[in-house]
Amino acid sequence: MKKIINDTNLVEEQMIQGLVKANPDKLRKLDCGNVVVRAKKKEGKVALISGGGSGHEPAHGGYVGFGMLDAAVAGPVFTSPTPDQIYEAIKAADAGMGVLMVVKNYTGDIMNFEMAAEMAQMEGISVESVVTSDDVAVEDSLYTVGRRGVAGTVFVHKIAGAKAEGGASLSQVCELAKRTASQVRTMGAAISPCTVPAAGQPGFALGDDEMEVGIGIHGEPGTHREGLKPADAIADQLLEKILAGFDLEGRDVAVLINGAGGTPLMELYIVNNHVQDVLKEKGISVYRTYVGNYMTSIEMQGFSISILKLDDEMKAMLDAPADTPAWKE
Amino acid sequence: MVSTKDLLTILRCMAAAIEKNKEWLTDLDRPIGDSDHGINMARGFGEVEKKLSGLEGKDGGTILKTVGMTLVSTVGGSAGPLYGSAFMKAGMALADKTEISMADFLDALDQAVDAVRQRGKAQAGEKTMLDAMIPALQAMKEARGQKEAPEEILKKGVEASWAGAEATNGLIATKGRASYVGERGIGHQDPGATSFSILLETICHCKIGKL
Repeated sequence: MKKIINDTNLVEEQMIQGLVKANPDKLRKLDCGNVVVRAKKKEGKVALISGGGSGHEPAHGGYVGFGMLDAAVAGPVFTSPTPDQIYEAIKAADAGMGVLMVVKNYTGDIMNFEMAAEMAQMEGISVESVVTSDDVAVEDSLYTVGRRGVAGTVFVHKIAGAKAEGGASLSQVCELAKRTASQVRTMGAAISPCTVPAAGQPGFALGDDEMEVGIGIHGEPGTHREGLKPADAIADQLLEKILAGFDLEGRDVAVLINGAGGTPLMELYIVNNHVQDVLKEKGISVYRTYVGNYMTSIEMQGFSISILKLDDEMKAMLDAPADTPAWKE
Repeated sequence: MVSTKDLLTILRCMAAAIEKNKEWLTDLDRPIGDSDHGINMARGFGEVEKKLSGLEGKDGGTILKTVGMTLVSTVGGSAGPLYGSAFMKAGMALADKTEISMADFLDALDQAVDAVRQRGKAQAGEKTMLDAMIPALQAMKEARGQKEAPEEILKKGVEASWAGAEATNGLIATKGRASYVGERGIGHQDPGATSFSILLETICHCKIGKL
C-alpha cells in the first residue's frame, strides 16, 4: 500500500482538520468527533445534515456551507459514523426548525442514522430523513436491500439545501428532497480498485484488460466484470441502463459525470463529450452539467454518470446561490 | 452459575479472540463486503476491554448495557448497531443479576437474537449473523430441554453456530452489503455469522466457573 498518510488510525481526523483549516471562515469541527458544521450557525432555518464513511471527499464535509448542508458527519473510511456522532451533529445543527438527514441507502448508514434520530427525538428535536438510492446497477426488489445511494446524493444536498436556506419548513424541505432523490439515477464503472488505509490491500483485483461494472462507492466489487472498452462504449453501456424506462418526455435533465477519485479530469471530459452527444441525439435537453470529483472512492479509477430529471422548482434550487468548499454557485 | 467477575473474564476473552481473528474477519468481508469487519470489531472490542476494569462489582445488566453502548459508539458500519443492540437487549434480561444461570444466559441470548432481527429487519436465510445465532440458540434450547450438562449445551450451541456460519457459503445475501454482489457471493462465508461464532466459542473455551 502506497499512500500519502501519517497513521492509518488518524486518516479521518487529519483529513477533517485539513478541510477545516482550508476554510476557517466557513467551517468548524466539533470537539467531540469528526463532525463538520458551518462556522456561523444560521438561526431560524431547517438544518440539513448528511454524512457516511470517509473516503468520498469532497463529500460530505465539502458540502457544508451556505445553500447546502449545516453539518456533515464523517465515519471511518467506508464505515458509517456511529449514532452518538450523528446525534452530536443533529444537536449542533438544529436551529429550532427541525433537522433533515440525507442518508445514502446502506444498511449500516440506515441503522446508525435511525438510532441517532431516535436519540434526538427523545430530546424533543424534530428529525426527518430522506434516503437516496440512485444506483441503478443494483436491482431494486424484495430480495435486496434496494438500490445504493451514490453520487446522485449530491443533487439532493444542493436542491434541499437551497430550499432550506430559503426558509422553507421541515416538511417542505423533506418533500423536495424526497422528490429529487426519486428522480435521479446513477451508474458507474471502474478500471482499478481502491485500498482502505486500515485494510492495507485493495477490495478486489482487476487485470490490465478488465473493468468492473456497476461499482458502488465503497471499493466493493460491482455487479459484474468484463473486458475493458473505449470510453464511449462504457458510457453507452451505463447510459442504456440509466435511461431504460426513465420517462424524460418534455423534461430537462441535469448531468453529473462524477470521478471516483483517481480518474483524471481529462478522462471525465472525454466521457462527457460522448454523453452530451448521445443525450442530444435522443432529444433529451440538458439544463446543467457538472464534471468532477463530487463523490469519490479514495483513489479508485472510475466514474459514474448521474441523470436528474428536473422540474421548475428543482431548476431554481439548483441555480440558487451556494458557497461551500466543494460547490459554489 | 457464573459470577459477574466471570462475565468480565469472558468479555476480556472475547476482545482477545476478536483481535486474534481480525485479519480473517476482514478477509471474509473483502469479496462480499467492504473489507472492514475485523478492523471495526477489533476497534470496538478494544474499547470494551478498556471499560471492563471500571465495571467490577456491577450487575450483569449494567455490564452488558455498557458493552452494547460502547460497541454502538465505536464499531460503526452495520455491525455496530447490530452487536450494540444485541448486547444492550441481552443486558436488559440480566438486569440486577449478580449470578447468571444457564436459563438466564439463554434468555439473554434470546433477547439478543430478537434485537438483531429488529434492528436489521432481517430473518434466517439472508446470509447474515442471524444464520449462526438462530441455530445456535435453538440447539442450546433443545439440549437444555433434554437436561444436558451446561458444558454440553454450550458445545452444541457452538457446533450449530459454526455449522450455520459455514452454511452461509451457499446462500445469496438479501440483506446487508453482500446483497449487492448477488450470486457472486455464493462460496463466501458471512463475516457477521463468523464473528458471532467466534464470540460464542469464546464463552465455551474461557476457563471460568460453570453456567
